[in-house]
Amino acid sequence: MSTPHVTLRGITRRFGALVANDRVTLELPPGEIHALVGENGAGKSTLMKVLFGLLQPDEGEIVVDGRNVRFADPQAAMRHGLGMVHQHFMLVDTLTVAENVTLGRETQARFGLLAPGDAEREVAALAERHRLPVDPKARISQLSVGAQQRVEILKALYRGARVLILDEPTAVLTPQEVDELFAVLRALVAEGVSIVLITHKLAEVKALASRVTVLRGGKVAGSAMVADTSIERMAELMVGHVPAPLTERSHRAPGAPLLEVQGLEVRDARHLPAVRDVSFAVRSGEIVGIAGVEGNGQHELIECLAGLCPPARGAVRIAGVAVSGHSAREHRAAGLAHIPSDRLHRGLVPDMSLAENLVLGLQRRPDIGTGPWLGGHTLEDASRARLQEYDVRPPDPRAFAGRLSGGNQQKLIAARELTQGAKAILAAHPTRGVDLGAIDFIHRRLLAERDAGRAVLLVSSELSEILALSDRILVLYEGRIVHETTPAATDERTLGLHMTGRASHTDAPLPPRNGTPHASGGLA
Amino acid sequence: MSDRRAQWQWLVALSPLIAVAAALAAGAVFIAAIGEKPLEIYALLFREAFGTGYGLGQTLFRATPLLFTGLAVALAFRAGLFNVGVEGQLYVGGFAAALAGAYLPLPGPLLGVAAVLAAGLAGAAWGAIPGALKARFGAHEVINTIMLNFIAFSLVSWAGRAVFLPATVHTRDVGLGAQLPRLDTFVPALRGAPVNVSLLLGLVLALVVALLLFRTRLGYELRAVGQNASAAEYGGVSIGHAQMLAMALSGALAGLGGSNFVLGYKHYFELGFSGGAGFIGIAVALLGRNHPSGVIVASLFFGALAYGGLVVNQRVPRELVEVLMALVILFAICTRPLLERAARRWA
Repeated sequence: MSTPHVTLRGITRRFGALVANDRVTLELPPGEIHALVGENGAGKSTLMKVLFGLLQPDEGEIVVDGRNVRFADPQAAMRHGLGMVHQHFMLVDTLTVAENVTLGRETQARFGLLAPGDAEREVAALAERHRLPVDPKARISQLSVGAQQRVEILKALYRGARVLILDEPTAVLTPQEVDELFAVLRALVAEGVSIVLITHKLAEVKALASRVTVLRGGKVAGSAMVADTSIERMAELMVGHVPAPLTERSHRAPGAPLLEVQGLEVRDARHLPAVRDVSFAVRSGEIVGIAGVEGNGQHELIECLAGLCPPARGAVRIAGVAVSGHSAREHRAAGLAHIPSDRLHRGLVPDMSLAENLVLGLQRRPDIGTGPWLGGHTLEDASRARLQEYDVRPPDPRAFAGRLSGGNQQKLIAARELTQGAKAILAAHPTRGVDLGAIDFIHRRLLAERDAGRAVLLVSSELSEILALSDRILVLYEGRIVHETTPAATDERTLGLHMTGRASHTDAPLPPRNGTPHASGGLA
Repeated sequence: MSDRRAQWQWLVALSPLIAVAAALAAGAVFIAAIGEKPLEIYALLFREAFGTGYGLGQTLFRATPLLFTGLAVALAFRAGLFNVGVEGQLYVGGFAAALAGAYLPLPGPLLGVAAVLAAGLAGAAWGAIPGALKARFGAHEVINTIMLNFIAFSLVSWAGRAVFLPATVHTRDVGLGAQLPRLDTFVPALRGAPVNVSLLLGLVLALVVALLLFRTRLGYELRAVGQNASAAEYGGVSIGHAQMLAMALSGALAGLGGSNFVLGYKHYFELGFSGGAGFIGIAVALLGRNHPSGVIVASLFFGALAYGGLVVNQRVPRELVEVLMALVILFAICTRPLLERAARRWA
């Protein structure tokens, strides 16, 4: 099947009063990577949902190989050779790779029975042909995030996709996995597949795409060949102004320890130690960054510090109060705020309003509500100022949190956790999936909290974020703190070595730096 | 177009009414098949259920227990729990009310208060058991509530032998103070209908449940657990406590429903008095979209079907009404997703 030439022409899509896409035009010639960039809420996801048949446009047309088409549902889009890899994978954890790939299109043997062997061979051949290394017999739950993403891509290819839509594919990947993904995508393009890459990371656009379209406020702010433009120019189009780098920060001596961790051991879901003998303290007026490749105990450490899983050993004190083994409520009562790493799973109740979500975790506080009462107009009115301040779009207290885009959900959580007057703040990936303007805003807020005397523990996979914000940096590797440093005394490359356990012999020569300027910074 | 989408959203919001209309249309086919005129039958049913004071009173009387059980199912559902044990909780509630009303040595209105409280407490205790099993062991509440229904029926039958009047399957009458007044003592138009003060209690409870769910800290936590337990846990809610409390409150609502028959109508407990009101409560909550105001309307609708069905019995078989109820449930389940899909496709 040849790759179709897809054109979106004058697409307009409204949600009530909000115009999510305003006469957007997008050209997808075969065999090209077209990057679609823009802030959260700029209309990227809406546009792709229109293209994939998940939403119907109010105006405009979709043209495939010169013919006007209308996709009533994703099945129709797939019939025309479109495939989509969502940011949140649509895989069945308990099934194997082959079963997931062939799901709904199972190869059948006689009497309608399944032929698992055939499916596995078929999937293995497909994976081989597209150089996507996965074991067809492995169960999804055993795979790394990067491998799961390859399964999603295989799924689309198995269904005959020649136009792939990738929604922020690198947001969940480690730097190594990003490199692997890029290699796969380049190989696919070489075969003539065309790709729409939705992303925030302009360095990725520069590294991978041939064309770029920038959306701002639902409109096309600009479209160009990547070779003819610069990261600075794209950033300018995205936000309307280039965000100033975070340089200004006050120098102040940290005060009393507000978050103390002693000899902490935490077990993971399989009861294996994920955090081993970790001790540190975060003092008032200090940001301590935890650097590390994801999966080295960050998740378990944060869950334990937040009171969501009891430690196997060790002690945690928040503002001097011993809280280890106590409930999440008691952790919060001792003065802890927490921006969780997984906003959909932990951070929000999607079917509750923005106003209600702004008090999650505070619902028992005497200053929120009166007596046993909580809710209604009082709650909505109290939320308006913060929704405005944190630029949550739409700033409607009665809107459901589940209807917000990912970046706006993250802003909503930041608005809740950074304004409650906590003494210690756990910030896990506070800017993940958030656009440049909002990243800058959240960074400034975190620094303001530090200057106001809070203790901030920052976990992030973005080294540039760790380096920009932290007063001290701890490197977590295989559940242990293997290195402690300050931003002034280190750089991304050295940190990277510690993060991968390769710096144990400090005199070892540094390996040459890898080519791709990926992932680590929003604005390289 | 946007207006078209707004229209679709209206349709989705009205889906319970559409479900009812579709069920009536499908029921019309059955009526026609047995040689009757559907419109006439429906008109007769409607006239009998709402057209006279007596008929309205009968409809309200039959709606009363459904209001309680519908609220019970809705409350549990908001906390993410499917309480199929409402029938059993209603049953033990009625039994406890009869015992308290007949045997407690309390004067006048105090006896009434005690009997109503006994109904609520017994239902709460019966509901708390599966709640505790869920909270402590993760045992699925659907299985446990079904099992506890059977246990409730058998246990009450066995315990009843000690208190039933000779050669009957009912207890002795509750004291005068525990007998809830009929509404026709205040509203003469309802003369002869057994609807009683229990209905007012149910309406008050609907308001209480609405306030609890949407205007209190506790209700906020229950809804958070129901909609995203993991986020509720993150927000410092103890999921186990919330689940147990939700089941106990749900059981209390169901148990209080026993007051209608036991304290307001017969003035004694009789084996099998609940008559499936607990199970129909699931349909009531479903049609009422788990919202107290929706539950009020839905219980009235099912109450009208229950009474109207008796009246049209001369012309169409009684079972027709049961078919209609089942059709409403089926259409209520299907209509909303179908409309939502249509809205996505055409709007």
